Amino acid sequence: MRTVFSIMIDAVAYGMVLFIISIGLSIMMGLMRVVNLAHGAFAMIGGYLASYAIRDLHVHYSVAILMAVVGTIIVSIPFEILLYRRIYRKSDPLIQVLMTIGITFFIIGIVNFIFGPSLKSIPLPQTLSGPLDIGFRMLPTHRIFVIACGVVTALALWLLIEKTEFGIKLRASVDHSGMADALGIRTEIIYAVTFALAIGLGAFGGVVGAEILPIEPFYALRYMVTFLVVVSVGGAGSILGALSASLLLGLADTTGKYLAPEFGDFFFYLSVIVVVFLFPHGLFGRSHA
Amino acid sequence: MSEIVATQVPHKRSIPFGQEAAGALSIIVLGAIGYFLYPDDLAFLTRLIGIAFLVLSLDLVTGYCGVATLGHAAQFGVGAYAAGIACVRGITDPIALLAIGVFAGTIMGLISGALITRFRGLPQLVLSIAVGQLVAALANKLSWLTGGSDGLSGITPGKVFGIFNFDMYSRTAFLFSLGVLVIVFVLLQRFVRSPFGLMCRGMKDDDLRAKMIGVSIYPRLVVMYGVAGAVAGIGGALTAISTGVVGLDSVSFERSAEVLVMLVLGGAGHLWGALAGTIIFMIFEHIVAAANPFHWMTLVGLLLILIVVFAPRGLIEPVLSLASRFKRKGEAA
Repeated sequence: MRTVFSIMIDAVAYGMVLFIISIGLSIMMGLMRVVNLAHGAFAMIGGYLASYAIRDLHVHYSVAILMAVVGTIIVSIPFEILLYRRIYRKSDPLIQVLMTIGITFFIIGIVNFIFGPSLKSIPLPQTLSGPLDIGFRMLPTHRIFVIACGVVTALALWLLIEKTEFGIKLRASVDHSGMADALGIRTEIIYAVTFALAIGLGAFGGVVGAEILPIEPFYALRYMVTFLVVVSVGGAGSILGALSASLLLGLADTTGKYLAPEFGDFFFYLSVIVVVFLFPHGLFGRSHA
Repeated sequence: MSEIVATQVPHKRSIPFGQEAAGALSIIVLGAIGYFLYPDDLAFLTRLIGIAFLVLSLDLVTGYCGVATLGHAAQFGVGAYAAGIACVRGITDPIALLAIGVFAGTIMGLISGALITRFRGLPQLVLSIAVGQLVAALANKLSWLTGGSDGLSGITPGKVFGIFNFDMYSRTAFLFSLGVLVIVFVLLQRFVRSPFGLMCRGMKDDDLRAKMIGVSIYPRLVVMYGVAGAVAGIGGALTAISTGVVGLDSVSFERSAEVLVMLVLGGAGHLWGALAGTIIFMIFEHIVAAANPFHWMTLVGLLLILIVVFAPRGLIEPVLSLASRFKRKGEAA
């Protein structure tokens, strides 16, 4: 029972980290149809910025998160204007894959040139580092914090997309960008704002999840596949899909690592193949064809 | 797009097998330059040839059929492991090992083709990655067979044709690989201009139109994947034979991504583009990555972005258009 419970907590925390990072990618793919392999690279920039802010500028954890998110969005603006705009909604996935792999390599090289090629820790504040007593069991506070962050992110995004005017315009652009354009919705602004939102979420997830997915020189490459798989299994553009896919994959991966460490990766990718083969548009996705 | 087809299929072929002979001759000349000018780097050049097979193979599916894949190293790795395991278990004739590599690569190609080419876009990409990672995970876990993370070592192939021994300067390995490359390249030149190859290119340019004229796309793509797997398998087997070890890097995601970069650098959709990309990339990597791997990554990233933005058809394109203009001038005169 104790093992099951700790597996569950770890799995849910891991799934939430995957969710926070991948949901940005998922929204981007749903709206702009960009297979953005560089998403992890922006999460990595966020992690490096937060680590720098805490360890060298000695600011508080919350300020560091804010700095990381804003800093990453600022860094990403030139990429959006110069590169991403060219590949929005272009149907050839090869061009998108190549450009975003190029961006990933470029960011990895530059980031490691500036910050040095070593593992970056993001020290937690006192309130988050210890265990938390929830009455019948002690839990690591950080895990609870991560799960709370994931839940808040999901709710906030749901409110944003379903209840606000921006959300209405965004959904209109997803459904038919040409028609949305014709009705006077400035789709290029929607795209730019969504891009910033997606990158900001990625950076946020990178910082918050640094305890679970450590920030290291090849972070962007190592987890590139994982984030892409989450979006693909969940279905591009769906919050519910990304959330359930994250939790599912988090559970599968964590359970696999606890119970059968020998064949963890094997079963992970086997299940991915089966799911994608049976549901090519993801569990909650829609066909864009 | 019609431009490319026009340059690839001449109206009348003046010399029979002229293109093939020219191709074979150019590779032999390039090989001779490498052999005589850089005798100390033959091991590296042999590795380059091995990778060139993988890039050619990727060109068949990506350049000619438009399949976006990030798991192509699987075919290469399966060929390498099959040849390596056979060699450790007692089959030492290099030709037989090559055949084993081809066979294993073809099987792997057919399996992954059947999975990957079923869809387009994101599902295709994710399936290709997942297949590649699955093979990598298997290679890592079946350590009694593959050596696991230590790699498979102790591959000591016998003499080529019973005469030429593999020496430590890799002279035999280099010449053997070069010979195989010439043969495969000539065969591929014929293959991509066959009705089958041309139809694959038609499907890439417009799959709906191809469907409308009655082409069943999926079986063709799977067959093409099988051919590509065979080519990659040769590369894998050659690498296993010449280096004597097979490591996990031969099935890794990085390898798949790298060969895609090489292909696009040279120019997808041309066999020469694949070769040129391999040569340029590998030589640059040999020089720059030795100095600082992160500068290398920055450089590759920048190069890739520039290529996609300014020369999406690769570096071979200006050369080809120059050549076709030259040819047209010659015909007019």
